[in-house]
Amino acid sequence: MVFGFFEKKKVETDDVSEEENLDVEPAEHDPEEIERPVVSIEELDTEPITENYLQPQQSVKEPGPPESLDIEPADDDAELDEGEKRGFFGRLVSGMSRTRKNLNDGFDRLIGAHARLDDEFMEELEEVLLSADIGIDITMRIVEELRIDVKKNLLKDTSEVIEFVKKKLIQIVAGDSAGIQPVAGVKPWVILVIGVNGSGKTTTIGKMTAKFAGEGKSVLLAAGDTFRAAAIEQLEIWAKRSGADFVRHQAGSDPSAVVFDAVKAAKARNHDIVIADTAGRLHNKANLMAELAKTKKIMEREIPGAPHETLLVLDATTGQNAVNQARIFSESIGITGLILTKLDGTAKGGVVISIMDKLGIPVKMIGVGEGKDDLRPFDPAQFIEALFPDTSSD
Amino acid sequence: MFEGLNDRLEGVVKTIKGLHKLTEENISTATRDVRMALLEADVNVAVVKEFIAGVKEELIGEKTSAGIDPGQHFIKVVHDKLVEILGGQSAEIEFSQKGPTIILMTGLQGSGKTTTTAKLARWISKKGYTPMVVSVDVYRPAAMDQLKILAGELDIALYDADPGMAPVDTLKKAIKAMDHEKANVLLVDTAGRLHIDTAMMDELKLIKKAVKPTETLFVADSMTGQDAVTVAGSFNETIGMTGVVLTKLDGDTRGGAALSIKKVTGAPIKFVGVGEKLDQLEAFHPDRAASRILGMGDVMTLIEKAQDNIDQKQARVQANKMLSANFDLNDFLEQLQMIKKMGPLDQLMKMIPGASAMMKSKEVAPDPDELVRVEAIINSMTLKERARPGLVNTSRKRRIARGSGTQITDVNNLLRQFQKTRKMMKGIGKMSGKNKKGMANPLAEFGLGGMQ
Repeated sequence: MVFGFFEKKKVETDDVSEEENLDVEPAEHDPEEIERPVVSIEELDTEPITENYLQPQQSVKEPGPPESLDIEPADDDAELDEGEKRGFFGRLVSGMSRTRKNLNDGFDRLIGAHARLDDEFMEELEEVLLSADIGIDITMRIVEELRIDVKKNLLKDTSEVIEFVKKKLIQIVAGDSAGIQPVAGVKPWVILVIGVNGSGKTTTIGKMTAKFAGEGKSVLLAAGDTFRAAAIEQLEIWAKRSGADFVRHQAGSDPSAVVFDAVKAAKARNHDIVIADTAGRLHNKANLMAELAKTKKIMEREIPGAPHETLLVLDATTGQNAVNQARIFSESIGITGLILTKLDGTAKGGVVISIMDKLGIPVKMIGVGEGKDDLRPFDPAQFIEALFPDTSSD
Repeated sequence: MFEGLNDRLEGVVKTIKGLHKLTEENISTATRDVRMALLEADVNVAVVKEFIAGVKEELIGEKTSAGIDPGQHFIKVVHDKLVEILGGQSAEIEFSQKGPTIILMTGLQGSGKTTTTAKLARWISKKGYTPMVVSVDVYRPAAMDQLKILAGELDIALYDADPGMAPVDTLKKAIKAMDHEKANVLLVDTAGRLHIDTAMMDELKLIKKAVKPTETLFVADSMTGQDAVTVAGSFNETIGMTGVVLTKLDGDTRGGAALSIKKVTGAPIKFVGVGEKLDQLEAFHPDRAASRILGMGDVMTLIEKAQDNIDQKQARVQANKMLSANFDLNDFLEQLQMIKKMGPLDQLMKMIPGASAMMKSKEVAPDPDELVRVEAIINSMTLKERARPGLVNTSRKRRIARGSGTQITDVNNLLRQFQKTRKMMKGIGKMSGKNKKGMANPLAEFGLGGMQ
């Protein structure tokens, strides 16, 4: 009795192109530039940009590079003073303070309430770990290992548990600090940014662009999210902020075509880095995943070895579904790393431990705020350390 | 929706169904599995604890009387408890009795506020109200443009806010502008904000105080993990909320956040977002959601979808025809197109009891491409051929295959399946609807491989 599934995205794209005729699009679109990909580089360059889009920047508070956050960038070795909020570690700790607080609250309560490593204690430890989104598998495993060690009398006191847990978690995420490092001599270095809806792709690209531009690299942004309303404009504003080059097509056009033009343009204009934005998509939509695979293939064809990074952007608030996201995006597109965003909330981001455990995909960067300096390389040891600072101190 | 949760609980239900008696011991085992299922589904640890305690108490407290299947009883208790946590009754949007209705949309960054604002405006206009939308998101680049484009697509009035103006001033002007547009509902899209960002939360408080919204909706990503409790709890304390919209439920999330949010805020979940298209917003029904969680399907939503999208008279004519000998490929094509209107096949399938389990095996999973092929083949036939499939000889088959971009074997398969189905339908027709349950399956022959 049930039929009638026809590619959803196709239908939607049709909708969008119809709307173009309804003139809902901002007026600056080049009407010549519809649908079909191959537009010469000169044409792309002449895209006029309306001033309107820059308006929001003048307003009260904005996520770009706000004055209040204009701190000296990247003072990685700043003291780890308690009150010290600057420098990388400070930021990480302050951004993740709630994570730490929750876990620590849990631990403190746990250890305060139990003198013995009994079943009740184990059950509560389980809950503390689960509430950090660490996931049921790792939680069960750690608790089981703890039971074994207790049985062997390697651990006797509840106060030793934090160190034990920390050690186990570090084992899982161990590895070099990753970050994103363009390889010298490879030009343009191509980054493809993917993820589900609302994970923070465009904002992350904005921050990444600011970072590369700050290092003196020339960056070109490709507006590959042709689906969501005003996504192109959103990226365009970020491009302007960092003075990056920008390639766009009209809303509703083929993202592969945008990427094709962007890569061509980057080669012709001798840019160091290309960052391609893509439309948010849920990983269980096969047709949208196929579209993404096609986009990637275009990159590979135009520049051997590209994309050099395929980064999955993950919202730290996400629960265990993030494991599915990472798995499916990895299987159907292939990803080189994760970017974990929104760690400045109360989210625990513990699910990345699950991802690293199950899939071995490294986290490369983390977003710990809305300022442009709030995108930082991920350091596994520091990440765990920031989850459990000042352990065994009191 | 809720898939993983489904898997787990279906397993639990299967185990317990075989039991003759509920004992404290097997209740313990079963509830342990339910606990794991809920935790894996990102239901908050504390909520799970309470839920399990409640279920246990109920089961152990009342001795199941003889004659009641313990499996059924267990499911019923778990189901009822789920419905209870999910909010019992389904809750509708409140409209103001006098003066304009104002709906404030709030939530974290990236939860889906702007899209939901547009979807809800559409839903409200379908109810016969005249909505107007306005964005006071002056922070996210192009956020205002996004709402403007969506409103344009829907042909819904938009108050074009000045991004340089303070949100409260903008809203005062927007409310004044409602008269001009003859609007009676104003939907306010706000910037995404973290619940611990005091400055931003203060802004929202000011907005709320100034416009006194009829509804303050909290828009939450259904993929949210344990943090859902903290975030929703915090928004509820600081701002207050009259309802929740759960977004991105068309993913494969287990949707445990629904339970957590409802539990911690007490605010009813009013809507769920089930797709990127602007009509993909559904009213939330706790009982149906609980049924889905337990793998019991959601026939109610399916029927409603059918009612919304299919012309009843036409459907009745079709149904009668189908059970007669006159059912031909023209009718079949018509049916195919009718059903297509109801939505993506995979989503529809999940609403059929037992189908979600069936779909997991690759062989029976419906293949959307197959349906495209079937339609193409029928479209490549002449009207006469569709009316009398017997006419289709080898040379016609070759032409049809070429016309539809398929192989002759595809054409053969379709014809064979059609004949088989017609025979079966005739049989059912003779039984005069005695075996209604069997109806879905023979039809499913088309394109759905071994669905039966």
